[in-house]
Amino acid sequence: MAATGPLARICRLSSIICRNHCLKYNIGGQRRGIASCIDPAHGLTDEQKEFQKVAFDFAANEMAPHMAEWDQQEIFPVETMRKAAQLGFGGIYVHPDVGGSGLSRLDTSVIFEALSTGCVSTTAYVSIHNMCAWMIDTFGNTEQRERFCPDLCSMEKFASYCLTEPGSGSDAASLLTSAQLKDDHYILNGSKAFISGGGDTDVYVVMCRTGGKGPKGISCLVVEKGTPGLNFGKKERKVGWNSQPTRAVIFEDCAVPVSNRLGEEGQGFTIAMRGLNGGRINIASCSLGAAHASVLLARDHLLVRKQFGETLSNNQFLQFKLAEMATKLVASRLLVREAASALQENRSDAVSICSMAKLFATDECFNICNQALQMHGGYGYLKDYAVQQFVRDVRVHQILEGTNEVMRMIISRNLLSES
Amino acid sequence: FQVGLLVSVKRFFLFLFEIRVKPDKSGVVTDGVKHSMNPFCEIAVEEAVKLKEKKLIKEVVAVSCGPQQAQETIRTALAMGADRGIHVQVAGKDYENLGPLQVSKIMAALAKKEEAQLVILGKQAIDDDCNQTGQMTAALLDWPQGTFASEVSFEGDKLKVVREIDGGLETITINTPAVVTADLRLNTPRYATLPNIMKAKKKKIAIMKPEDLGVDITSRVEVLRVDEPPQREAGVKVETVQDLVGKLKDSGLV
Repeated sequence: MAATGPLARICRLSSIICRNHCLKYNIGGQRRGIASCIDPAHGLTDEQKEFQKVAFDFAANEMAPHMAEWDQQEIFPVETMRKAAQLGFGGIYVHPDVGGSGLSRLDTSVIFEALSTGCVSTTAYVSIHNMCAWMIDTFGNTEQRERFCPDLCSMEKFASYCLTEPGSGSDAASLLTSAQLKDDHYILNGSKAFISGGGDTDVYVVMCRTGGKGPKGISCLVVEKGTPGLNFGKKERKVGWNSQPTRAVIFEDCAVPVSNRLGEEGQGFTIAMRGLNGGRINIASCSLGAAHASVLLARDHLLVRKQFGETLSNNQFLQFKLAEMATKLVASRLLVREAASALQENRSDAVSICSMAKLFATDECFNICNQALQMHGGYGYLKDYAVQQFVRDVRVHQILEGTNEVMRMIISRNLLSES
Repeated sequence: FQVGLLVSVKRFFLFLFEIRVKPDKSGVVTDGVKHSMNPFCEIAVEEAVKLKEKKLIKEVVAVSCGPQQAQETIRTALAMGADRGIHVQVAGKDYENLGPLQVSKIMAALAKKEEAQLVILGKQAIDDDCNQTGQMTAALLDWPQGTFASEVSFEGDKLKVVREIDGGLETITINTPAVVTADLRLNTPRYATLPNIMKAKKKKIAIMKPEDLGVDITSRVEVLRVDEPPQREAGVKVETVQDLVGKLKDSGLV
């Protein structure tokens, strides 16, 4: 093949530079090699493969080159996310009549998995934004859907999900933020912790207490930035997820119109949990993308790095380790995609399988990324190499959207409950 | 100015793939390799869609010649904004022997059948790098050609094409109907959007055979052997200029 075209020259040059500076990225999931056992396109319909291709191309061209910079400078990449929204990624499973793309949960999982290969942190935020847009789309009335969803789908406005408080994480139903009804407004008092996007986003979906104790006393309100009494804490300094700001959200006599309540009073906890079922698949999908990218980085490194007179790829321990990583990746992917289908079809096991998928995929994929780092040796610990960022970014997936311990609670309750 | 436009798209390996020659030296390994649209064809489709958006073109028809999988490439063109597709079925040994002459005969026949006013192709395909199909198509149709285009615009009912040539840039004005081949800097192809991918499903792809167009696709060329380029050998260091001249003379280079 004549390698004189400018296109071929650029690609050879960039692959040489990539090898030296080692901020590598994956085009279409694979830079070299014949068909791979971990190809994420296996088993997808032609249309899903098209969605996946767009997402991979976007990740490789628009996200991967900036992934390290966004992490190190803590930049919230608003323009890039808006470009993604123009392609339809702002409200992937929101109804088209309010600006969404109307795709299935499985399509969504495939897309987030592909986008994560470009930047896990940014993709994870986009998935949270999608979750909020869906909650308003599903539980909001016509006026609320038309007021909020179009701007969220285009990412003209950004959203945050506010459930966790300093005193209630896993025990979410014990939340204390109160919403007292006064004429046609709720007066909110309390604070939320660890809110992704907090302070930089425009629309806050807030779970608060309008009634008595426990889940039945919780309602869901949409609070807009700029509402008097809505304040934010300092920006948290995190180990990963640095391309999204995380802040406490503080309500001090914050008046929110009753017309901003999604669904009925007392329905808030159900809305929150229904949102999280999908959110868990999304976060698990982000872990899949990171693990996929990490396996490819590890493989490329093994083929290049030489010790004891030969490339690391001739070392049986590393061969077997890579095989185990690939196997666990594919197993995780299958479970996540099955959970996505179960949720889409509203199957009776949807909640448990979403919990299983989140538990399994986030744990296994963190281990895969971590082992990929180990295979890089000392280089894996340098910030010049992308693999450490994948490790840091996916670590938190085992904690948020329901800790993996809470996932075990949900699954064991299903197994051991008498009725 | 309402014209119809044919854009030709070809499917090959994803452009960063490492190519491997088959052990029997009959060609390159294609099994299981990720394929996508030829990069120059993507640029051609983008230009076609842009001209349609500027309302200079009425309809964009994407054409591909090949086996069943060619439809994937047409679907990508549809997702980028083409209106409909034509899949000319060529499979098996016929496909392996399909070269620029055969494709240009097909394109010429289609251009006449569709009454197209403009045919846009990528300047070359990254598998054979022939850079012939556009030129041959123009010759068969006896149409003017604007090749290696880095800029295309309409001036009245003529086409102004800025071409990338060895010496720099050449601007020509040609009559329509015409053939244009797209070079690297013509534009940056857009991403297909999710809604457009879904709409593309509903767009029509007509299927036909070369015989239906009265085209004979027997090849005049036979591939005898495919080899990898020779491995780069180590150089030789010499002490003096005399030695250098001596070595050059010995290897017959001087």
